[in-house]
Amino acid sequence: MTATQPTIIRLQGLSKTYGKGENAVHALNDINLEIKQGEIFGVIGLSGAGKSTLVRCINYLERPTSGEVFVNDQELGQLNQTQLNQARQSIGMIFQQFNLLMQKTTVQNICFPLEIAKVPQKQAVQRAHELLKLVGLADKTQAYPAQLSGGQKQRVAIARALATNPKVLLCDEATSALDPASTRAILNLLKSINEQFGITIVIITHEMSVIEEICQRVAIIDKSRIAECGEVREIFAHPSSDIAKSFVFPKQQAVKAMLNKNCCRVIYDGQSSFEPVIANMILQFKQPVNIIFANSKNIDGKAFGQIVLQLPDDPPTAGKMLQYLRMQGLNAEELTANDNWEVNAQ
Amino acid sequence: MSMDTIINILSNETITTLYLTLASTFLAYLLGLPLGVILILTDKDGIHPNRPINVCLGFLINVLRSVPFLILMVWMIPYTRAIVGTSIGNRGTIVPLVVAAAPFVARMVESSIKEVDHGIIEAAQSMGAPTGKIITKVMLGEARPSLLVGFAITVTTILGYTAMAGFCGGGGLGKVAVNYGYYKYQNDIMNMAIILLVILVQIFQEAGTRLARKFDKRL
Repeated sequence: MTATQPTIIRLQGLSKTYGKGENAVHALNDINLEIKQGEIFGVIGLSGAGKSTLVRCINYLERPTSGEVFVNDQELGQLNQTQLNQARQSIGMIFQQFNLLMQKTTVQNICFPLEIAKVPQKQAVQRAHELLKLVGLADKTQAYPAQLSGGQKQRVAIARALATNPKVLLCDEATSALDPASTRAILNLLKSINEQFGITIVIITHEMSVIEEICQRVAIIDKSRIAECGEVREIFAHPSSDIAKSFVFPKQQAVKAMLNKNCCRVIYDGQSSFEPVIANMILQFKQPVNIIFANSKNIDGKAFGQIVLQLPDDPPTAGKMLQYLRMQGLNAEELTANDNWEVNAQ
Repeated sequence: MSMDTIINILSNETITTLYLTLASTFLAYLLGLPLGVILILTDKDGIHPNRPINVCLGFLINVLRSVPFLILMVWMIPYTRAIVGTSIGNRGTIVPLVVAAAPFVARMVESSIKEVDHGIIEAAQSMGAPTGKIITKVMLGEARPSLLVGFAITVTTILGYTAMAGFCGGGGLGKVAVNYGYYKYQNDIMNMAIILLVILVQIFQEAGTRLARKFDKRL
């Protein structure tokens, strides 16, 4: 669906530099990106890679040093402050630390953007109640943020961000302060909002699982640049940059410890998983292989599995086995003892 | 001096003290609150960074705050005369009180607003909030408990200043303490004036603290 949709966010030659001269820090370097209307787009990177700066450039909370930001066909750099404030009303944003007004109730929090948009108060309160219902907090209308859990606070923040019916929702590490169960619930909520209202969602995260769970496309930021950008499935199956590999390869320390020569990573999708491919291969070659790691995950609604195999210490056989796996339609690639694994050893 | 006269003097001067304190506090906030907000806005991490304004304003506030109140009052006599026509009495006292208290208020307001999480201000900006809304709804709204505590401290400080003004022709309980205690050695009257001052400070401080607690929704 994404290919046919018009572009809603376009970043062109975007750079952001802090400081001057020798102390200058290049947070973003020549970023070019197109995000389509209605898609859930992920931006992933290690901390300090520049992803937070990137999302802040999309609503001009950070003014880029050079380059252009188009949202809804408007170049934000051309707007004066009043026009920019107007444009921001159609770009909602949620944050890692929720950033709710602590001295205001949930309803008052949700009414705040509506007040800015000059919606009459009675109408605003009514809208706030609807939104609280939408995010599953219909019973918390008079609660103050301090009385809510982290997940509930993020729900209020989502309701607040949606109040003015924005076309875009920016999520800056929105689940990073939440436990796994709340994270899943918030991601599901974002997904259903995307489906219900067709709102474009941009998700900034350092967790690959978040990207895999709801994003259709992803940009991987490394050292202030986009290292790789494309469909999440595609990058999961064929990561080409080192940083992409480090995000999609299994993370466990134990796996890393067991890795030595002749290892390969096999990716299969929902269609091929019905065939006992590995077992058939062992039968055919009459040689055992060692399964070092295996898991399966849902990527953008489709089942994917990955297996790390240790092939026999016999190059010709190992080569034939790789060929066999590929002929079965699986994506198999050799893993050499490379430093990509180091990145994951957090 | 009969007991009736003493009671009469003390009650009249208590009212004068309250009047001076509250009127000066009001005027000091009228000046100091915007100044405190300007300090915050023009700070290098503020939403409208402006180094010249920030530095000049900060310097002016520091200068006024470095002069002890009694000396400021004496120094200001000609200016006070120029502004309100006299340097004594209630009118003549309020001018230096406000000049001394406004910079104090500005620093109080500045430190209260600084406590507001920058993320909340960023969230408001992301919604397209104009600066006015950010000041009133986010900065002042979120800093409310801290502002109330600051208000109580300001009132009690100004109350102390009004007492000092008793030395330079100001009215109120300070004048009673100076005239009867210092010049006439009537310690009993001075003690009563002091007790009344202590009670006033207690009332203001306690009321401010309670209000702050009542209005803080983070608890």
